[in-house]
Amino acid sequence: MRKWCLVLLTTLPVLFSLVACGGPPSSNPATSRLDTVKSRGKLICGVSGELPGFSFVSSDGKYAGLDVDVCRAIASAIFDNPDAVEFRNLNAKERFTAVQTGEVDILSRNTSWTLSRDTSVGLEFAPVMFYDGQAIMVKKDSDIKSLADLKGKAICTQTGTTNEQNLGDQMRKLGIPYKPVVFEDINTTFATYAEGRCQGVTSDRSQLLSRRATLPQPQNHIILDAVLSKEPLAPAVANGDSKWFDVVKWSIYTLINAEELGINSKNIAQFANSKDPEVTRFLGKEGNLGEGLGLSNDFAVRIIKNVGNYGEIYDRYLGPKTPFNLPRGQNNLWTKGGLQYSPPFR
Amino acid sequence: MSNNQQSNHPKSNIWRDVRFWRFAGQFLAVFIAAIVVAILWGNLNRNLQQLGIQPGFSFLNSQAAFDIGETLISYAPSDTYSRALLVGFVNSLRVMVAGIILTTIVGITAGIARLSDNWLVRKLALVYVEIFRNTPLLLQLLFWYFAVFLTLPKVENPISLLGFIRLSQNGLELPWIQFSPEFSTLLIGITLYTGAFIAEIVRGGIQSVSRGQWEAAASLGLKPGLAMRLVIFPQALRVIIPPLTSQYLNLAKNSSLAVAIGYPDIYLVASTTFNQTGRAVEVMLLIMTIYLTISLIISLVMNLFNKSVQLKER
Repeated sequence: MRKWCLVLLTTLPVLFSLVACGGPPSSNPATSRLDTVKSRGKLICGVSGELPGFSFVSSDGKYAGLDVDVCRAIASAIFDNPDAVEFRNLNAKERFTAVQTGEVDILSRNTSWTLSRDTSVGLEFAPVMFYDGQAIMVKKDSDIKSLADLKGKAICTQTGTTNEQNLGDQMRKLGIPYKPVVFEDINTTFATYAEGRCQGVTSDRSQLLSRRATLPQPQNHIILDAVLSKEPLAPAVANGDSKWFDVVKWSIYTLINAEELGINSKNIAQFANSKDPEVTRFLGKEGNLGEGLGLSNDFAVRIIKNVGNYGEIYDRYLGPKTPFNLPRGQNNLWTKGGLQYSPPFR
Repeated sequence: MSNNQQSNHPKSNIWRDVRFWRFAGQFLAVFIAAIVVAILWGNLNRNLQQLGIQPGFSFLNSQAAFDIGETLISYAPSDTYSRALLVGFVNSLRVMVAGIILTTIVGITAGIARLSDNWLVRKLALVYVEIFRNTPLLLQLLFWYFAVFLTLPKVENPISLLGFIRLSQNGLELPWIQFSPEFSTLLIGITLYTGAFIAEIVRGGIQSVSRGQWEAAASLGLKPGLAMRLVIFPQALRVIIPPLTSQYLNLAKNSSLAVAIGYPDIYLVASTTFNQTGRAVEVMLLIMTIYLTISLIISLVMNLFNKSVQLKER
């Protein structure tokens, strides 16, 4: 008996090493996510789903918002159909894992572009869709007018965001002690603030504005002027797939470039016969820019026709006709004093 | 005859040996488990490599840069992630230890009350057990947090009890110590929830002691209280301890629901760490190990205790 025990025990490591080496080789780098998306017939897009103006379910039951329209633009570029998108709600904490594991094709979820997320988290950031900054909201009747007034006060924030760290950095720099109260759920964060447990709540300015509109008495809350940090909110895809990354990147540049050229969803038909080489190239009448991306040459037409240009999207969700009425500011075109700038389409 | 000879022969066919099949079965099970683990591990490594991420724990030594609301040991945002996790670990232990002590008291009291001769006490205990045992713990925690602690008056005008206990939205304040509303909520929540289960275990344990023991104790002249303490309860413990251990383990693990109400326990701190560093696999492994260690220690202590109350057989 001892003999065959020995035989079996020696075969174990041998078989084991065979299995360890015999696994499938690392997946073929030639298959881009673009091909996966094309063969699937729809795009899977990770969004917040809880942030009016950026991504939320509107009264007609469809996803809407700035972040949502990024995905609709990409779906339009690939399928000429803005509805060929499946949205997945992700919370702040699970979002990166969802991209890393390939559960979503793209993360478009008011995510700040930072170095560590670009490197150690393994993401690749597309152009910034919204230039934001972190701020603090307090109750109007609280006598808190500046960061210094928050000394020793409790400040609510959400885990899984850059806000937690920014707040720590700023308060440390200013030497102001405070008590963070950190929640996993954004709804709990703002409910706790509304109940008065925290004297302040911190988040990106856009998010505070968006959330303030949903509080019981929005006029009783003010957002302090102090800006704690730069928060460039950008969509992201997984590292190591430049073909797919290019599609995402240039779909967003299309939105910005269209606004720069004055092309929008309503007047695009008039540009069909334009003689301007810049326009004809951009709209795919000339050249083969689309093919280089693995798309059809008229991808820009598809995007503008279905979703509009950057300015249209901004006005639709955050502009003067919305409850937020956010001035364009840094999110204006570079030609109008903002930061939105697209590299040339040629 | 020849057949008989063959089966007794030491060099008989190995396939007909039941010992071989027993061994081979176990070998196969271990082998399959090892293959599954190897495939999963290889897959993980490959995927991480594709993303250009090197797995490792060196991130624990970088600066945490986030603040923690409640700390029992000194901590500043300039400390490392490992220090931050230690703070979370201590916070977790604090609520687990306090919770286990309190829930034992609550559970035993309610369990004995369930058997009380007094109708009101018996029914009150019944209502307590059924309400707390039959609603989700997460719901209870949110109830305690939003409907109880956060509806207390503001810090400026707290409720005073007995002149020195002060209750406000800032939590429970005693002259020498202060409990935040998050800690108080979590402690009350898991204590009462687990206490309801323990009450049933205690009731079952006491009822498992035969009626004759009561009668014997009474015949020795012991009053019911003393009979319970000296005769019945020690015997009931033999039945109570094993399921009680499970409840302690549940309490320890349920303390991770702290994340819902913002108490900075190990899980919440690990969440922040994981988010800031993107080290999902390492952080999850780390907290799994920590919870496993805590649970095994509780099991070990309870098993030792269990041994001491069991019948000594020689």
